[in-house]
Amino acid sequence: MSRLSGMGGRLYRGEKSFNIIGNRRRWYALSGLVIIISAVSLGVQGLHLGIEFKGGSQFTFTQTGATIAEGQKAVTDAGIVSETIVQKIGSNKIQITTGSLTNQQNDAIQSAIIKDFGIAGTSINVMSIGPSWGKDITHKAIQALIAFLLIVMLYLAFAFEPKMATAAIIAVMHDVFITVGIYALIGFDVTPATVIGFLTILGYSLYDTVVVFDKVRENTRSITSTGKYTYSQAANLAVNQTLVRSFNTSLIALLPVASILFVGAGLLGAGTLKDLSLALFIGLATGTYSSIFVASPILATLREREPAMKALAKRVAQRGAAGLSSEVVIKGDAEVAGIVTSTHSKENRDRGPRNQPKRRGRR
Amino acid sequence: MSANISKSLKTSSRPGRTLAIVAVVLIAFGALAFFQNDKVKLGLDLRGGTSVTLQPRVAAGGKVSTAAINQAVSIIRQRVNSLGVAESQVTAQGTGNNQQIVISVPGDTGQHIVDLVGQTAELRFRQVLASGGGNATSTQTNTVSTTTTTTDKNGKKVVSKPTAAAPTFPNGVTPALNAQFAALDCTKAINRQGGNIDDPKSSIVSCSRDGVTKYVLAPAQVVGTDVAKASAVLDQTNGNGWMVLLNFNGNGTSQFGALTSSVTKLAAPQNEVAIVLDGLVIEAPRINEAITAGSAQITGGFNQASASDLSNVLKYGALPLAFDRGDVQQVSPTLGADQLRAGLLAGLLGLILVVLYSVFYYRGLGVVSVGSLSIAGVITYLLFLLLGKWIGFTLSLAGIAGAIVSIGITADSFIVYFERLRDEVRDGRSLRTAVDTGWNRARRTILVADSVSLIASALLYFFAVGDVRGFAFTLGLTTLVDLVVVFLFTKPLVSLLSRVSFYANGHALSGFSASSLGVISGKDVA
Repeated sequence: MSRLSGMGGRLYRGEKSFNIIGNRRRWYALSGLVIIISAVSLGVQGLHLGIEFKGGSQFTFTQTGATIAEGQKAVTDAGIVSETIVQKIGSNKIQITTGSLTNQQNDAIQSAIIKDFGIAGTSINVMSIGPSWGKDITHKAIQALIAFLLIVMLYLAFAFEPKMATAAIIAVMHDVFITVGIYALIGFDVTPATVIGFLTILGYSLYDTVVVFDKVRENTRSITSTGKYTYSQAANLAVNQTLVRSFNTSLIALLPVASILFVGAGLLGAGTLKDLSLALFIGLATGTYSSIFVASPILATLREREPAMKALAKRVAQRGAAGLSSEVVIKGDAEVAGIVTSTHSKENRDRGPRNQPKRRGRR
Repeated sequence: MSANISKSLKTSSRPGRTLAIVAVVLIAFGALAFFQNDKVKLGLDLRGGTSVTLQPRVAAGGKVSTAAINQAVSIIRQRVNSLGVAESQVTAQGTGNNQQIVISVPGDTGQHIVDLVGQTAELRFRQVLASGGGNATSTQTNTVSTTTTTTDKNGKKVVSKPTAAAPTFPNGVTPALNAQFAALDCTKAINRQGGNIDDPKSSIVSCSRDGVTKYVLAPAQVVGTDVAKASAVLDQTNGNGWMVLLNFNGNGTSQFGALTSSVTKLAAPQNEVAIVLDGLVIEAPRINEAITAGSAQITGGFNQASASDLSNVLKYGALPLAFDRGDVQQVSPTLGADQLRAGLLAGLLGLILVVLYSVFYYRGLGVVSVGSLSIAGVITYLLFLLLGKWIGFTLSLAGIAGAIVSIGITADSFIVYFERLRDEVRDGRSLRTAVDTGWNRARRTILVADSVSLIASALLYFFAVGDVRGFAFTLGLTTLVDLVVVFLFTKPLVSLLSRVSFYANGHALSGFSASSLGVISGKDVA
């Protein structure tokens, strides 16, 4: 363990560095590929919407030894001809899902179940959704999404800087799109609980990004005056310095979600807990990825276009070429792929904390 | 360095006090909750019950007024309360056209409640044929005779321009109706639940809303849709006090004219016209004159509240809106108990995993995160308890999920702080100074990150319905709790611990040892 947490120290001082920003084209390509796959599966397969969105009724009850055929018979007995799905959940739970029913038809199915399976009416779980209801929730979810993106973008632009807000929002949309894409690809059911999950991902993915950006901002505050690092290099250092933090926060956020998923899917079989935690689980994972591999690189791309940053990059390159302080560039050097490890020696002492970008104007 | 020492001395006197205050407040809230002796209110999905969400059917370009929704809520509440199930709730949610009525009834009522709230109530004007005291035995067959008057409406009357007399209205009381009337016991709640679909074309027996009086009523001649306008006004000129002004539309004017013309000459109680809502008599004012001009006023014995109540009834004719059944959830108590157990189990499991990981990774600092999580847990529980009491907060399965998810978010705040702290120590600061310099930086990150979380939950709450709201509410609440805990507990506790030599000297298990920080040697870096 101490080796793992000791790594935090090496990453912090820049002795060990993953060249994340420098390799940004690789991450863009990877994300682009996943987004294309998501778009294709959304277009071809679409989402499996639960009855909450389409309207319909669902009856769930527990009866030891009940079979799907018996469930279908109950539906036929009730005189329902619309499309019905009878499923078995776990060992003794039967779930009957139908299209939109009238009140009388709902009653008829319940009576048929009571009669055919010999159980009390009160032990049947019923969910019945009007056809216009689903349209309404979908509509509201989209409204919430747009309002959220706008408000958060304004907030982040105010709390950080506009380009950070743009990068963060792009990363969030990336996460939601990929999560939805995975749902389409695998064919998981989308229920209101899933939508809650999607919307929560927004907040969570941003939480992670905020932590990284806070450090990026600190590291890049005075880079133009010191002229030691390009924006990308300073940002890369920030990503590396917060890597342990990102890993820990994500893991700790995933642990409770994983336990909901485990209990929800394992013990209850289906329902709110499973749907919610599955969406969260997928979203959190992509959220962690995007705050490191999407948000920060996009931010660097955006900032490097600024004339001041271009000039800075030129100055840093000249300094490097003149051999004035060749070691300084090592950690952010775009040429270096993967991991650069070096020993802690006198020669590269200037990678130590003293030589990190100074944090001025602390708040 | 001397500046740092004096600074840390200054701050080090505070954490103890802050912690003491937090402890006192917690104990006070705990005691409050303890003496109220309540349990956290559980949602229907956790204890079984039926919930129905009704959605107003809005015509294109139409508006849903809050007054109309409130009127509908009170009509439905009247029906639901008559079931006598404790803790039944009828509430309006949302704003503007995005309003729903949510009815939740715990226990085993099942389909009955769905039928009950789904019916559309109707407003009707029916001539009173006979009336009597509310209970079953007080009146007998003789009440049917036109001379019997048990209730005098004490000057409540409708006044307007008199016109020509009208033909006598026949007394439509049949022996069957008479028997029904005698058997009707308005003191029983079941007979006052309304919602019985009364055929407007036939005579009925009915109770007054308060159960004091029962009536035999003639077929309806004027219905709710005939009313154009109704308002409660204070009569300044004639000193009648509060009264209700009533305007009919074209059809209503002629119908109401015919009705009043026919009854005004009759003896009490047949000269009364009952305003029947949802099968129950709201008022039965005496008709003083025939009213053919389409406007009437009802006076006598009103106060502001009762006048506006009656005008609302008239204005919105029964259920003021047509409703679609948006969503019906019927959860058996068995499934409810299962879901509660699963939710608690998931929470416990998640908590244990988070605690294990933080102790595993942060060693001595893990103690701080365990303590902070426990405090956050206790505060959250107390808030659930007290909010249940104060604003009727109920904990649903989605709410539990929100709380569990927030374990991660809460723990994340500690990690942000701990990592900052360790960075400062790596920079060569002493733990005592690092506690404050690290905090200054971590605080900002935590504030921004939590704000984003709060914005997310506020928007979710604002836009969503039902389950989603429960989730958003708990998520927002626990984020606030997280802020409180980090500021008032975690930080002071770390300050306090930084003075303990176990932490300050970087013991191998403290989370600040050179090896766990990756510092080669403290002096070397400093």
